[in-house]
Amino acid sequence: MADAHAASGHAPGHDYHLVDPSPWPLVGSISAFTMAVGLVMSMKGIEIGALKAGPFVLGAGFIGVLFTMASWWRDVIAEAESGKYHTRIVQIGLRYGMILFIASEVMFFVAWFWAYFDASIFAAAKDQYARNATIGGMWPPKGIEVLDPLNLPLFNTLILLTSGTTVTWAHHALLEGDRKSLKTGLLLTVLLGMLFTGVQAWEYAHAPFAFKNSIFGATFFMATGFHGFHVIVGTIFLLICLLRANAGQFTPERHLGFEFAAWYWHFVDVVWLFLFSCIYVWGSWGAMIEGAAR
Amino acid sequence: MAANAAAHADDHDHDHGHAIPHGWRRYLLSTNHKDIGTLYLIFAIVAGLIGGALSMAMRAELAGNHIGVFLTLSQIMTGNGTEDGAKNLYNVFITAHGVIMIFFLVMPALIGGFGNWFVPIMIGAPDMAFPRMNNISFWLLPAALSLLMISMFVPGAAGFNGFGGGWVMYPPLSSGGAGGTPGPAMDFVILALHLAGASSILGAINFITTIFNMRAPGMTMHKMPLFAWSVLVTAFLLVLALPVLAGAITMLLTDRNFGTTFFNPAGGGDPILFQHLFWFFGHPEVYILILPGFGIISQIVSTFSRKPVFGYLGMAYAMVAIGGVGFVVWAHHMYTTGMSLGMQQYFEFATMVIAVPTGVKIFSWIATMWGGSISFRTPMIWAIGFIFLFTVGGVTGVVLANAGVDRALHETYYVVAHFHYTMSLGAVFTIFAGWYYWFPKMSGYMYNEKLANLHFAMLFIGVNLVFFPQHFLGLAGMPRRYIVYPDAYLLWNQVSSFGALVSGLSVLVFAWVTIDAFAKKRVAGDNPWGVGADTLEWTLSSPPPFHQFETLPRIAEGAAH
Repeated sequence: MADAHAASGHAPGHDYHLVDPSPWPLVGSISAFTMAVGLVMSMKGIEIGALKAGPFVLGAGFIGVLFTMASWWRDVIAEAESGKYHTRIVQIGLRYGMILFIASEVMFFVAWFWAYFDASIFAAAKDQYARNATIGGMWPPKGIEVLDPLNLPLFNTLILLTSGTTVTWAHHALLEGDRKSLKTGLLLTVLLGMLFTGVQAWEYAHAPFAFKNSIFGATFFMATGFHGFHVIVGTIFLLICLLRANAGQFTPERHLGFEFAAWYWHFVDVVWLFLFSCIYVWGSWGAMIEGAAR
Repeated sequence: MAANAAAHADDHDHDHGHAIPHGWRRYLLSTNHKDIGTLYLIFAIVAGLIGGALSMAMRAELAGNHIGVFLTLSQIMTGNGTEDGAKNLYNVFITAHGVIMIFFLVMPALIGGFGNWFVPIMIGAPDMAFPRMNNISFWLLPAALSLLMISMFVPGAAGFNGFGGGWVMYPPLSSGGAGGTPGPAMDFVILALHLAGASSILGAINFITTIFNMRAPGMTMHKMPLFAWSVLVTAFLLVLALPVLAGAITMLLTDRNFGTTFFNPAGGGDPILFQHLFWFFGHPEVYILILPGFGIISQIVSTFSRKPVFGYLGMAYAMVAIGGVGFVVWAHHMYTTGMSLGMQQYFEFATMVIAVPTGVKIFSWIATMWGGSISFRTPMIWAIGFIFLFTVGGVTGVVLANAGVDRALHETYYVVAHFHYTMSLGAVFTIFAGWYYWFPKMSGYMYNEKLANLHFAMLFIGVNLVFFPQHFLGLAGMPRRYIVYPDAYLLWNQVSSFGALVSGLSVLVFAWVTIDAFAKKRVAGDNPWGVGADTLEWTLSSPPPFHQFETLPRIAEGAAH
């Protein structure tokens, strides 16, 4: 889009980025609305005529949201690459933005951990008699067979920790101007991310407990599921960085997109460590002891 | 706030005529904080009219002690003219009234509207940090409000339309099972709140970044106007509280549609868990609603007393304290859920602690006026009205903080009176105070102050008539959320409904003031309020140029805040 200030013949006396008008916020909102309507229609099986139109509406909205994201971030990358807009102070602002976004994500996970601890720590609370009748006043609930935390979950922990080192390797390579190692490091990180997701999918498919009708399944699958979703998002973020690196973008001085992807990846990593220690290890503790007693 | 010496820099900055987008593009595709602020204000007025109409219908119903108005409304809206249909519709109206007034009136007006308009200007910035993201923060709101409105007209509880479980959405009323709300109405409410929440989180990130990163040279944090401080604290509450609500309503959504059992004891879940998650968000939320108003009142009281705010730093950090302590008092909304005595004692104590920083604010406003050269212009009258009404609401809050007293008053009209004194009389009065304070700056026109004062008088008398008698009703045991009541409650309900009529008529006066101002086009000038108005917005033209501060203002080192 045209640069208002360049066109007017004199630059503003400040280094801030006054963004040109953009259609993406409006398109994004309409898409989000469409997606919401489509989701309700899908969940409730609402028909238009004889057609269950929900999935189509949902899909259209989802495509709109993806299109908005792609277009919006394409504009941001173009603005960054032009070298005119992302001044030092604007870069500081973008850092604030990403940190705050991650802070809000942390609070989102607080809700899922809260639900998990409400059920697990207070499994034997006397006033929760209706719940006690179901779970037997114990955690894991009676009759639940758990995953062995030292099997695939430990493997996945090692995968994520390794991916944390490869992304750091890529970062240092970028800072040193070693483009080849940057790409190798990023590629390895993406592959490790995909491996993690694959292992997680396999684990879900073979889990000895159900998603439905059990608080154990609900807290396990929703907490680890939202984490898995964030792993996928982080993997795509890193993949975009790899493509940008291949396109010759990023310099040792200017590579916010890469840095944000790395921050996000470390955030996902830390959430996993909490999931692993709280849900997989501590959450299966009782079952192991009980098994030993038998 | 020492702009006087600092910045007339921008007065002569001309707008680049060809750079200003025109027509629908200017607003729909906007990346300008003032245009987006205007959109927010218009949206808030529209939502306020809808939410107000819902409350008028409810007060009309409660003017008599037999079901009447809602029989007709239910017949028209759903074709179900039975008493059960009327009762359900009444609860649907309560729910929509609450959600609309909170998420689509007060937050958009105070944070989105006045925050967008004046935070960048007050700190000497040319715009927000992320102007494009600013626009999606706005456009998500019409999408969210549309989802909420759709919810009122689609099946909810078995045999009825809409969701009637209140804005708190407690399961099992909001669950999918029998006795809950199996229809899509509840899902629409959940997704409406998801979109409104995303909008607020993005907006909050924008405000924090703007305030931390874009203050003009010399504008240190401790020189920043209190309105900017108030929006900063509010934004932190939004970033930290709203994601927890998002998690809670996502659990509700999966419980309803995908077979999880977070809130269902039959599957090992816990309905009280929802209340904890909800109020962990919900209590900070009520400070989100009032803190920006505190900031506005500080600007106005200082302006019209022609004195700097008394105890500026104490005022700023009192808001930080209110925000911080606001995160650890949530379960005082849940005294009757059977939690342990120790927990009740803790939450009672923590809640009363909040009265301290709140008292700092009230007394500092009074101390600002003390010995000042007070001019009772329209915004000042609204501000003084606010201080009185909010104090009443605050005092009843201390009463309700007592877990023992709350046993008797929980879910009665005493609670309704309490939170309407803080919100509908508190937050809404700050909106009008801000509106009359900044209207000349935003529009360039001066309104008729006599008419505006009439608006104040009518609304002040009206809302007090509505809500003061509700204290008596609550103390006498009248429960909330019922469409009918025993004869004993008739008198005070009639007074309350009469007050609603007066308040409703005051909206017409508000419309008259606004239309009159735009019709008469009395030029306001850069600063209609005189020497007391010393924040940066008064150094700009009215309305300000499309991009202000193309040369950044410089705040003198020794200048007072």
